[in-house]
Amino acid sequence: MTLLTVALNNLRRRKGRAAFLVAGLLIGVGTVVALISITQSMTGQTKANLQSYGANIVVTPRTKDVALSYGGISAGGVSVGQRSLSQADLARIATIPRHADISAVAPQLVGAVRVKGHRVLLLGVQPEQQFKLKRWWSVGSGHAPTNDHELIAGAAAAKALGLTMGDYVHIAGRRFTVTGVLSETGSQDDSLLIVDLGAAQQVLHEPGKVTLVEIAALYAGAPVDRIAAEIGAALPQAKVTALQEAVKSRQQAVDQFRRFSYAIVGVVIAIEALVVFLTVMGSVSERTREIGVFRAIGFRQVHITRLILIEALIASTAAGVLGYAAGMAVTSIVLPLVAHSAEVAWAPLLGLAAVVLAVAIGGLASLYPALHAGKMDPTEALRAL
Amino acid sequence: MAVAMSETDRETPLEASAPATSSGQDERAARFIDVRGLQKTFAGDGAPVHALRGLDLVVPEGSFLGVMGQSGSGKSTFLAMLGGLSHPTAGTIAVDGIDLYALPGERLADFRREYLGFVFQSFNLVPYLTALENVTLPLAVKKMPSAEKRSRALEVLERVGLADRGGHLPGKLSGGEQERVAIARALVNEPPLILADEPTGALDSETTVEIMDLFAELHHEGNTIVMVTHNPEIQRYFDRTIVLRDGRLDCELPACPVDTPI
Repeated sequence: MTLLTVALNNLRRRKGRAAFLVAGLLIGVGTVVALISITQSMTGQTKANLQSYGANIVVTPRTKDVALSYGGISAGGVSVGQRSLSQADLARIATIPRHADISAVAPQLVGAVRVKGHRVLLLGVQPEQQFKLKRWWSVGSGHAPTNDHELIAGAAAAKALGLTMGDYVHIAGRRFTVTGVLSETGSQDDSLLIVDLGAAQQVLHEPGKVTLVEIAALYAGAPVDRIAAEIGAALPQAKVTALQEAVKSRQQAVDQFRRFSYAIVGVVIAIEALVVFLTVMGSVSERTREIGVFRAIGFRQVHITRLILIEALIASTAAGVLGYAAGMAVTSIVLPLVAHSAEVAWAPLLGLAAVVLAVAIGGLASLYPALHAGKMDPTEALRAL
Repeated sequence: MAVAMSETDRETPLEASAPATSSGQDERAARFIDVRGLQKTFAGDGAPVHALRGLDLVVPEGSFLGVMGQSGSGKSTFLAMLGGLSHPTAGTIAVDGIDLYALPGERLADFRREYLGFVFQSFNLVPYLTALENVTLPLAVKKMPSAEKRSRALEVLERVGLADRGGHLPGKLSGGEQERVAIARALVNEPPLILADEPTGALDSETTVEIMDLFAELHHEGNTIVMVTHNPEIQRYFDRTIVLRDGRLDCELPACPVDTPI
C-alpha cells in the first residue's frame, strides 16, 4: 500500500468521477489532436502537390520576347530564345548559399527539327533530372533514354508521326530508337520528341548550350523567391523566374488554417485547464472528510498534495492516450471531407505530445486544488472531532 | 516509551524533552499525558466561544480514561487537541514528554502517525478502499516492504476478528464490522495512545458491548486509551472517568455529585 495504490483504487472504484475527469481532458486533447493532424495532413498534401507540380524556378536566357509559353518556346515552335545558356555555367547554381534547398536542376535544350516531313520540337534533357522534376511523366512499359541514340515521344507527336515503341526515327541524319511514348499530359509536352541533352546539342548544333533550366525546390515552403534571386546573381546573363503556382496559394490557405487551428488549440487548452481545475477542486471539496481522516492518521500536507496530483496525472495520462485515439478517429472522418486526396498522417510524436500535453494540463490545473487539499484544516475536515 | 520515527523523510526521531534516564522514564510514564492550563477559544461571527477554559490533567501510561460531559462541554475539542489536530489558544499538551504544539512544521503529522490511533464516531473509513486497505492506510506513507505492511494489517484485522472480511468494501460491512476495521486501522501502527470519539455512538447495545470488550482487551494489553462518550453504560470499562463542564474539569466519577450532567 502506497499513495499510488490509494490513488489507483480511488480512480478504479469511483469510476464515474474518474471518467468525468478523463472525459473533460479527453475532449480537449482529442480536439487538439484532430486540429493538428488535419493541418499536418493538409500540409503534407500541399507538399506532395508542390513536388508533383514540378519546377518552382525557370532559368532562361535573357531575350526580348515577352510571350513565353514554355520557358521560351511557343506552340508554333519557332520563337526560341535568341541566346542560349552555357551548360557549363549551370555548375554555378550548386554554389549558391541555398543550394541545399534545391531537389532537381533540369537543363533542357529545345529546337525545331524536321521528322517525316513534319516540323516538331526536339527537347534535349538529362532524363534522370527531368523525370524527377516531372513526376507525372510516364512511359508505360518503355523507358527513358539511357543513351544518345534513344528517344521518347510525346503522345501527340507519336500520334502525328505514327511512332510506336521500337520504331526508328531519323533526325538530321542521326538514327534514334523510340524507347517509349509519354502518356498524355494535356500539356505542351505531348508534342515533343525527347532525347538525351547531349544528342540534342549535336542534332541542333548547339554544343554545350541549353535553352532553359527548370529547378525544383526541395520541400514545400522553401524560400523559392530567395533561391531564384541567388541563382539570378550567380547567372547574370540569365532570366530567373520564380513560378507563382496555384500550390503556393493553396499553401497560404493551409497556413491560414494552421494559424486558425493554433488559435483554437489555445482556447481549447485554456478551457480544458479550467475544466480540470473545477473538477479536481470539486473532488477535493467532496473529499474533505476523507482528507481529514488522512491527516488525522498522520499523512503530511505533502502526502495529501501528492495523492491528489498522482490521481490527476494518472487520469491525465489515460486522457492523453484516449484523446490521441479519439482525435485521430475524428481526423480520419473529417479529413476526407475537407481535403479529398489527403491521407491521415499517423504521427507517433503527436501521440507522445498529446500525452505530454494532457499530463501538463492535468498536473498544472490540479496543482492549486492539490495544494489546497494539503492545507485543509483537519478539524474542519473532521467535523466529528 | 519513546517511539522512533520510521518515516523516512529524513526526519530525526521525535524526542521527549525529559532525559531518558530510568527515573526520567518513570516520570514520563506517570505523566504520559500532561495537560496544563489548556484553553481554546473559537473566534466566531459573534462573541468568541470558549471551548476550553484552562484544563489541567495528568494521565499515566496504560490508563483507560473516559471523558464525559454534555454537548458543548469541550470534550471533543479536548480530544482534537490531544490528537494534535487543533492548536490551543493557551496552555500545553505533552504526550510521552513531547510538547505537541512546540513541534515544528509537519512534525505534528508525524506525531499523529507514530503515536496515535484514532477511532472516530462514524468510523470514517475510506469508502473506495477494502477493509484490509483501510487498515493498511496509515502505513501507506511509511517506507516499509509491502509484504510487511500487508502482514501487519492482516494481523490486526485478525486481532479484531475480521480476518475473513478484509476484501470487502466498507459499504458491504455492518456497523460493528466497520467499527472493528476502524479500530484495526488505529492499531496497525502500534501506537502508544488510542483516541476514540464516541466509538459506540452509532452501534446497537449488543455491538457496543462487543466493541467495548475489544477496547478493554487493548487496555489490558497495556495500551493507553482516551475515550470520549455520552454513554454512561460504558463507564464501567474506564479505570478513570472525568467529566467536563463549560470547558473545565468538573469532577471525576464516581465522586461527582449525583446531579452532575453527563
